[in-house]
Amino acid sequence: MAVVETRNITKVFKEGELGAVNNVSLATHEGEFLVFLGPSGSGKTTLLRMIAGLETPTSGDILIGGQVVNRLTPRERRIAMVFQSYALYPHLSVYKNIAFPLKAQNVPRDQHRQKVEWAAGLLGIGKLLDRKPRELSGGERQRVALARAIVREPAVFLLDEPLSNLDAKLRASAREELEQFHKSVGTTTIYVTHDQVEAMAMGDRVVVLHQGVVRQIGTPKEVYEDPADTFVATFLGSPPMNLLEYSDIIVGFRPEGFLPSDLVPGQKRVTFRYKIKYVEYLGAERVLYGNIEGGHFESKEIISRLSWNMPSGYEAGAVHDFSIAESDLRFFDRKTEKRTHPKPYPWQ
Amino acid sequence: MKAAKVKSIGAAQSPLLGAAMFTPAVLYILLIVGAPFALAIFYAFSDARIGSTDLHYVGLENFRSILQSPSFRQALQNSIVFTVLAVTIVVICSTMLALALEKPFRGRGLVRFLILLPFVAPVSLGTIGWKWILDSIYSVITWVLVQLHFFTPFNAPMWLGEPHLAMGSVICVHCWRLIPFATVVMLAGSGAIPKEIPEAAEIDGAGYFRTLFQIKIPIMLPIILVAVLFSTVFTFTDMTVVFILTAGGPFDSTQTLPSLAFATGIQGSDLAAGAAISLFLVPVLIAAAYFMLRVAHRAEVV
Repeated sequence: MAVVETRNITKVFKEGELGAVNNVSLATHEGEFLVFLGPSGSGKTTLLRMIAGLETPTSGDILIGGQVVNRLTPRERRIAMVFQSYALYPHLSVYKNIAFPLKAQNVPRDQHRQKVEWAAGLLGIGKLLDRKPRELSGGERQRVALARAIVREPAVFLLDEPLSNLDAKLRASAREELEQFHKSVGTTTIYVTHDQVEAMAMGDRVVVLHQGVVRQIGTPKEVYEDPADTFVATFLGSPPMNLLEYSDIIVGFRPEGFLPSDLVPGQKRVTFRYKIKYVEYLGAERVLYGNIEGGHFESKEIISRLSWNMPSGYEAGAVHDFSIAESDLRFFDRKTEKRTHPKPYPWQ
Repeated sequence: MKAAKVKSIGAAQSPLLGAAMFTPAVLYILLIVGAPFALAIFYAFSDARIGSTDLHYVGLENFRSILQSPSFRQALQNSIVFTVLAVTIVVICSTMLALALEKPFRGRGLVRFLILLPFVAPVSLGTIGWKWILDSIYSVITWVLVQLHFFTPFNAPMWLGEPHLAMGSVICVHCWRLIPFATVVMLAGSGAIPKEIPEAAEIDGAGYFRTLFQIKIPIMLPIILVAVLFSTVFTFTDMTVVFILTAGGPFDSTQTLPSLAFATGIQGSDLAAGAAISLFLVPVLIAAAYFMLRVAHRAEVV
């Protein structure tokens, strides 16, 4: 096990262009499950590939276990990586796929069978050892890729969107298995995804990346409840945080905090007349799309999210009083888009 | 669903259209391949000669006399040596070239163009060029070697005039012509390997050669097989290079089956014997065609 650290790493693919990764400094904790979360093109995969040793940083240092590894090959970094496409060797059986890292690292041949069976057993693919990758389902391939990664007991695990090729149902169960797996192995893991649900559910901490820059590092609770800037605020959460702009301030609140007034307790609250335009029925909840009526924010579009057991009557066309508790408001500076202290706000 | 239905109705309603579309291809194959092939079989059992209208059935007489002829045995042996060596060299060189050209570098486009050049140039023109390059008097290679004091002008090698050298020259020129084609085939094969697979091998700790021999080449094997089969057919049936460079000489040392068939049947006007010689190519070609179809089928399944 080891700690991975990056110090001011930057990757510029074409000179003169904006870097894919810009001046990123972060460090994992021992045995942590760290998630890189960002939209496509945010540099998360490039960052992972630099840690793996598949790309060379333009500048900055990468440390694994306290040692600078910039010049080391992937093999010398003692990392294992699972690719989005799994990258199984198509011509080799499952057994030979899993044994390949042992062979490549000159582990004595008599230990191969025992280690392969241990890894395959851990992932429940002991019966598939004679199959070829093309004879496996998506979920089985993913497990083979994981088995191939753990078989040599690496210091760090790197996972590049390993669940994105699975269908929705399988993805949920595979996510849970991955969590269990990480708990049982305890190896420091870096996990790249664009799926915020995966990030929130699995990560000990989440690194939110945008255009090659780290926007926030924190626990899932921190990045969701206390976003560092408007990008994090709107990228996390579905539907995203509502933002209202006024002079040099942006104020944001989550749709689930914007509720019918009589459901928001306490005196410290902000109230709007809210005209519902249409309703999305999602089973466990309803998402309301509508406008504010009257005041500074006349006809500003706002989203509200009601849970399934809320009273009925919130249909398209209806106008109601909706409120937000003041403690649920988040303030951002309009110029820098960074979080600022609460300020008096001309609500009406 | 709807489109498929419309299509099948359309095809069922006009079988004539289908036949009309198909006919040119069938005619082409019958006239250009089928008819000469049938004619060759017919001649091989006769005593057909150029300039004579007499034609008698002679049974296996042609085959018997060919098998007894030392020229034929020499040509058969040469054909095998020529094919095996040329195909081996072509496959090794084209695999190396394809792997070298995989990663982008400055001037890769130019290098690819230069490599393809021999394939687009007409065979006979290219080979005539080589005939001058290897000429006994005007050879530039000899001139360079003489200038470098490897030889004097009097003991310089005769590239096309000494049996082993002549065979070597013929093989080299043939490789020069086939490597571009094989390289293009190999490039298609290596380009089809997703880049994550060699990367995964790198992460797993494999060095360059382990990745090459245990991962890349095994994955490319079906396409390498395609290159081997096509090169074999092109080499085994080729007579242009031999004919232009050496015309089979010196002393039949570079005579191959196709060039012997041409020399006997057309130049020696013994059509029947020429046809019989060329029929000896058929078993090898049928085997090659069979494997080609199998490889193609397997490639489809995967």
